[in-house]
Amino acid sequence: MPQVKILEEVCKGCGLCCDDVCPVNILILANRINSSGYHPAEVTDNTKCTGCGYCFKICPEPAIEVYK
Amino acid sequence: MPERKLMYGNHAIVEGVIAAGCRFFAGYPITPQNEIPEFMSIRMNEIGGVFIQTESEIAAINMLFGAAAAGKRAMTSSSSPGISLMQEGISYIAGADIPVLVVNVIRGGPGLGNIAPAQSDYYQGTKGGGHGDYFTITLAPNSVQELYEFPKLAFELAEKYRNPALILADGLLGQMMEPVEFTQAPVDPDTLREPPYALSGCKGRERRVVRSYDLKPGKLEEMNWQRLKKYQKIQETEQRFEATACDDAELVIIAYGTCARVCDAAVRIARAKGQKIGLLRPITLWPFPNKIMSEMSKRIKNFLVVEMNMGQMIDDVKLATECRSKIHFHGRPGGGVPTPPEIYEKIKTIMGGA
Amino acid sequence: MKQLFGRPQGLTDVLQRYCPGCGHGIVHRIIGDLLVKLDIRERAVGIAPVGCSVFADEYFNCDMIQPPHGRGPAVSTGIKRARPDCFVFSYQGDGDLAAIGTAEIVHAAARNENITIIFINNAIFGMTGGQLAPTTLPGMRSTTSVQGRDIKTQGYPIKVCELLAGLDGPHYLVRTAVNAPKNIIATEKALKTAFVNQLENKGFSMVEILSMCPTNWGLTPIQSKKWIDDTMIKYYPLGEYRNRAKEER
Repeated sequence: MPQVKILEEVCKGCGLCCDDVCPVNILILANRINSSGYHPAEVTDNTKCTGCGYCFKICPEPAIEVYK
Repeated sequence: MPERKLMYGNHAIVEGVIAAGCRFFAGYPITPQNEIPEFMSIRMNEIGGVFIQTESEIAAINMLFGAAAAGKRAMTSSSSPGISLMQEGISYIAGADIPVLVVNVIRGGPGLGNIAPAQSDYYQGTKGGGHGDYFTITLAPNSVQELYEFPKLAFELAEKYRNPALILADGLLGQMMEPVEFTQAPVDPDTLREPPYALSGCKGRERRVVRSYDLKPGKLEEMNWQRLKKYQKIQETEQRFEATACDDAELVIIAYGTCARVCDAAVRIARAKGQKIGLLRPITLWPFPNKIMSEMSKRIKNFLVVEMNMGQMIDDVKLATECRSKIHFHGRPGGGVPTPPEIYEKIKTIMGGA
Repeated sequence: MKQLFGRPQGLTDVLQRYCPGCGHGIVHRIIGDLLVKLDIRERAVGIAPVGCSVFADEYFNCDMIQPPHGRGPAVSTGIKRARPDCFVFSYQGDGDLAAIGTAEIVHAAARNENITIIFINNAIFGMTGGQLAPTTLPGMRSTTSVQGRDIKTQGYPIKVCELLAGLDGPHYLVRTAVNAPKNIIATEKALKTAFVNQLENKGFSMVEILSMCPTNWGLTPIQSKKWIDDTMIKYYPLGEYRNRAKEER
């Protein structure tokens, strides 16, 4: 099963991956903040991940890894 | 006996650059140095080197930055206005500690000025030239032979100290013909070692970065202090000059390049009339040969500085002689070239009044 | 578990200092990927510009040089001619390439110099704080056009792909964007073509990339993505402006 992993400390909370990028809509910005003060992206339901990599592709840091 | 050939000064530079193992030239035409790119285009084609006629002097100096950062000997030539355009690039190159060779065949200025020989870029060539704290190693040839010999010396000094080097010639030296002895054993560029900064791809080593900036607090200051040590070492060990008839001299003329040739003739006129006149010719304009001048100023009361400008090197002479001597000046700005009788008249005035 | 997507070896471990939502990082990641996938990292020399991406010399995991503002194409030329075996790429923003470096890019293209140019067009000066760029759209606000770019006094933007397509020299000119996965995939393809062109000695390739600058546009990252679609692409149409490989076929 594919899985998304967010590198929370690298994420700047820009939200580019949380809009309409994910075909199954499993990325949102968390309420908590990381040590740089950003709200990192978080995965709501990793079982739905299709492994398409769109979230990784649009991540400027990149703070996203996708596994299978 | 080495081969002898009658050559233009500008052509001699080309042969000197090639003998020094340089295979990269980028430049933009400007009078009075056009024979350099013209002859270079032919010679580089013959020996498989790189010749690029650029869109501007700005592009030329930056192509040099690239080629030299890639670890190759690279040179450009221009004349005064073109050298002004290169100053930003020279500053970056100095700030990145990369060796290149720039030849300035000086013409009359400021502005478009004229195309006559001049020495009005002395300040620019000896005080850094662009923005920031730096110096270039600056050589002043006075013959076609030296135009042929100095490129190799300039490359060697530039590489030894990882610093840009400058040759300051003028329109007269570039355009005149003299016999040249091909004294230099040609350097095979393939035998030159890859320098430790060379950008060549990071296979089998750490990646390298060539840059002139550092925004970390205090870091640039540290880098500049480090560079000062290099400059102090150059000033300590690389001062070059030629002293003619100075041992018993009561008046020493200080002149370089074309002016030194004119003054040499004036010294001979004066000597023939029994006057004890000497000539001190700086060969390195930076580092300025201030040690010999300081020494001389302890016994010589009068110095005469002769320049083809309004008076620029005279500042360095005054600093070097530390107020011990009287410093006279004879200058010809805007493309004027002094004559030996003109200098001799000045000598008479000084000696008569001394 | 097998990693499908992750930070490429072509990037260093240094965390990038770009603002949240900035497009530079996306393009950096694509370049870092290609350096590895095409097996050219160990013979690559990259040129960092002056501007926000001046620090690219810390981000790309290969030999790098940081030259004066706008002179990337000239420095690239020097490196490539001195070491033809090196893969040479120049990364430039719109101030660097389309304002102060206009002469260098035009002449490198005219010479069909065998180098690869990555041109980030975000229609604004980023590093200096959001001033008018040569690519700022008519009516678009910047800190030196607070009422919007006035074409009467500030003229029209420069469309670099179209400008260079007027020359016989360049081999490959293309405009892409990084505001959506579809456009990012097109950017990946375009950059790969531009890199391979150099490896095959085809000559000058430039990929112009429309990229987000949320901070200086005064928009959120999400609004910025949308603004590229709704406004920027209309002024700067995506697509190939020159592809000699196709013309020759």
